[in-house]
Amino acid sequence: MIGNRSNEFVRKAGPICVSLLVFYLFLFWAETGWDAYKVRILNLSAIYIGITLGLNLCNGFTGQFSLGIAGFMAVGAYTTALLTMSPATKSAVFFIDPLIWPLNSIQWGFLPALLMAALVSGFVGLLIGAPAIRFRDDYLGITTLGFAEIIRVIFTNTRTITNGALGLKGIPPHTNLYWSWSFALICVFVMIRLTNSSYGRALRAIRDDEIAAEAMGVNLFYHKCLSFVISAMMAGVGGGLLGSLITTIDPNMFRFPLTFTVLMMAVLGGLGSITGSVIAATLVTVAMEVLRVLEEPRVILGIFLPGIPGMRMVVFSVALMLVILFYPKGFMGDRELGLKSIRAFAARFRRTFLHKQV
Amino acid sequence: MVSQRRLVAFLVFLTMVSLVGLAAAQEPTEVRIGVYEPMTGAMAAGGQMTWEGIELAHEQRPEVLGLPVRLILVDNRSDKVESATAVTRLVQKDKVHAIIGSYGSALSMSGGPVAQTAKVPVMGCSPTNPLVTVGNDYYFRACFIDPFQGRVMAQFAFEKLGAKTAAIIQDVAQDYSVGLANFFREAFIELTGDPKAIVGFTSYQTGDRDFTAQLTYVANAKPDVVFAPGYYADAAVLVTQARSLGLNMPFLGGDTLEAPEFIEIGGKDVEGVYFSTHYSADAPITPASEEFVALYKSKFDKAPNTFAALGYDCYMLVLDAIEKAGVVDPKAIRDAIAETKDFVGATGIITLDANGDATKSAVVLVVKDGQFKLVDVVHPL
Amino acid sequence: MTLEIFLQNVANGITLGSLYALLAIGYTMVYGILRLINFAHGEIFMISTYFAFYGIGIFTLPWQISFIMAIVLTALLGVVIERASYRPLRDAPRISALISAIGVSFLIANLGLVIFGGRPKTFYRPPLFQIPIQLGTIRVVALFFIIPILTLLLLVILNYIVYRTKIGLAMRAAQWDFDVAKLMGVDVDRAISVTFALGSALAAIGGIMWGLRFVEINPNMGLFPGLKCFIAAVFGGIGNIDGAVLGGFLLGFGEIMLVAFLPGLAGYRDAFAFVLLILTLLLRPTGLLGEKQRVRT
Repeated sequence: MIGNRSNEFVRKAGPICVSLLVFYLFLFWAETGWDAYKVRILNLSAIYIGITLGLNLCNGFTGQFSLGIAGFMAVGAYTTALLTMSPATKSAVFFIDPLIWPLNSIQWGFLPALLMAALVSGFVGLLIGAPAIRFRDDYLGITTLGFAEIIRVIFTNTRTITNGALGLKGIPPHTNLYWSWSFALICVFVMIRLTNSSYGRALRAIRDDEIAAEAMGVNLFYHKCLSFVISAMMAGVGGGLLGSLITTIDPNMFRFPLTFTVLMMAVLGGLGSITGSVIAATLVTVAMEVLRVLEEPRVILGIFLPGIPGMRMVVFSVALMLVILFYPKGFMGDRELGLKSIRAFAARFRRTFLHKQV
Repeated sequence: MVSQRRLVAFLVFLTMVSLVGLAAAQEPTEVRIGVYEPMTGAMAAGGQMTWEGIELAHEQRPEVLGLPVRLILVDNRSDKVESATAVTRLVQKDKVHAIIGSYGSALSMSGGPVAQTAKVPVMGCSPTNPLVTVGNDYYFRACFIDPFQGRVMAQFAFEKLGAKTAAIIQDVAQDYSVGLANFFREAFIELTGDPKAIVGFTSYQTGDRDFTAQLTYVANAKPDVVFAPGYYADAAVLVTQARSLGLNMPFLGGDTLEAPEFIEIGGKDVEGVYFSTHYSADAPITPASEEFVALYKSKFDKAPNTFAALGYDCYMLVLDAIEKAGVVDPKAIRDAIAETKDFVGATGIITLDANGDATKSAVVLVVKDGQFKLVDVVHPL
Repeated sequence: MTLEIFLQNVANGITLGSLYALLAIGYTMVYGILRLINFAHGEIFMISTYFAFYGIGIFTLPWQISFIMAIVLTALLGVVIERASYRPLRDAPRISALISAIGVSFLIANLGLVIFGGRPKTFYRPPLFQIPIQLGTIRVVALFFIIPILTLLLLVILNYIVYRTKIGLAMRAAQWDFDVAKLMGVDVDRAISVTFALGSALAAIGGIMWGLRFVEINPNMGLFPGLKCFIAAVFGGIGNIDGAVLGGFLLGFGEIMLVAFLPGLAGYRDAFAFVLLILTLLLRPTGLLGEKQRVRT
């Protein structure tokens, strides 16, 4: 009996453990062998994967159109930064108004700080979500956008806590590939568990038809709040990692264009697809760098083309418009790319091409 | 004796071989200087003005140590995350030997740590926030910093304008404005000896266009002068509205006001606005200023601005350092920049202090007949 | 606070409020008929100022003609945006349409940045609008009277179009129910196009007034005034033209009075509109003048 069970465990968890091991070996190779530019892009990709998944949980899986991601990122980033910076750095950075007690004298490790960031942003998410989720679609969107702006304005003005517009500098650079990709993996894991559970079915039921879901006994308020809070927590931790990656933050970072970038990733990948979000977040982050060629002056076929600063964002906006108009479900729709679909594709491929030869 | 001479000869030979070997190993065929500036986004104007100056300097002096200089511009989109990525790209992909940038202290602060880790020196043109160079021995700047600038304007208001009271309108969303407002307040209270000398203190946010409520409040406080440090577009609109509300006292600002658009937008209303800046086009401080003004006018056919001048200086200063270092090596360039003393730039004589900040004079300009005119030069303390 | 200062602030509030009101009408009309936040409205407003600017600057047109050209071109642009990016999604989930609206808004803003450049431009101000007028102790310029009067005049004209003309009838029918309106022989597409044309023309008038008042124009100027004016429309009762004007005026007043009475809190001013939005939606979702909306399925 026992042998059987452990065999089954090995059969099920074995491949996952092995692929995780391989993946972390890859990260180790990248962290030690790759140049800092590629490592930074990898880091950013991972952070954006987590945040995009958070946004997708709320906007794609539950159908609650939230535009408040930047605000939650700000909360998480400031929490992490204020908890991990050393008291000496803090007193140097807060050179106009000193930081209030007890924040000025504490210094935590990175992990507890990130967990605290998750808690705080989750709590703010609850505060915002509880009243806001009564609204639907565009009203919810503009309300959450408004809350994010309010958070930014408050952070700009409360100089004894956030240092206002002067921002924070010298945040310890803890973020590396292990941290950021562990975050991304945890987000993926949470999303998979969540969508395959009764919660996930309840969330999709809400997305497809709120009234029917309620009639079937789904507690609308509870489930919407749940998805909103988890989404906020993911954004918060992502913000904390981002702050630690670039070692400096200020309130102007967390404005609407940031939310737009994340929304774009979620939409391109497909609202409601985990793999879609992962692929799109990575692709957009990489493309943001690759498309720099559009902005550099160069000579093609003997014609001098001056670089046009700003072309990248035009390209992305056009891409978003094309996707939403012609593939409204993004390039993954709400499907997932997994072993099953690859196998099915292989089978179809075999049927169409190989059978003819036989 | 003989053996000693032989030893010396041998040592000299060895040194020469190793030098040649070093040069052969590196084979620098060009000098790469990276530039990261906000070419788009909220601070695009500042980045574009600075880039004009850098380009101009590059045209003027495209070679150093017999090698061509290649400028590599990356846009940081006025975004802190992009700014850090941009510097990483310059350092890792383009393998630049030195970096120039960036307009906007917040952008400089996110690029700084990357350059420090990679040990590539950065020459900042106009980030005036004191925090930019703190704890970063690879960041330098060609401009003075906000505490000095705030003091200059407070001193000017008190001594030259005879002001006993002042009101402050700050841009609460910009580190630059918040810092200046604070240093001005401290210095002004100290100079007048009157803790109530600041009779009004209020704020707006970048991009706001209606300032009438703030101005009505300021008018009620009846200050002798109004200090409103902010970006030139905001400040021009602010002064225009102040005049239409009948506020006729002098308005003061900081170096961000110096842009042709300030006069274009403000028109007659900004006549009599005083601000501190790095140099004056119509009263050149050094021979380099005259040369720069002439070059700029011939290339762009308009009057130059401070940021172009600072960009020009940064490029020239970095090239000077490379020449002094004698090798195209970031570490050596960094050491040469750190030792900069009495560098004759378009914006004045630049000497870098232990922090990497320039100690140099500030000039106070006034808008008169649609032009910036010099009224005062304030030397460092 | 003395009476004199209070009156000056009232004057400030009226000028700002009537600008908000002009933009809020466009939002409310589009929302009324499509049930969609036209995120691009702020960008349409931004583009209109550039049309007027280049009309005078490059094509050296007299300002009167340039302003009229700008209004016409902007109206056309509004119609094109609706055709290209909203019409294909009319039967899609509302989230898709909303994302499309946000996408268009960013596309126009980014294109504007590439085409016009990031540096601000100076809007031409005909001297006619700048004549200073002293009313007792209050100081204003002629524009102070022109903007509110224009707003009220446009309000009357719009009310006439919506309630007294045939196309207005079609617009109201479409607002009530697309399908039934179609069955009754109403050309719904045409009604929507006209709505967009009118809304965009108003955005252009608002943009020109904005340019005359604040002089400086830049490609990023659309987003926040746009959002604020949407909030004004919600506050006044979305879908209701009178409500939009009232909401715009009250929002302008509120912002001014916040700074006037609490100058130390001036830094929080930009949050005021959003707080107002949230309070409105929580306490009175239909806004000041809105009737209960029918939920269209």
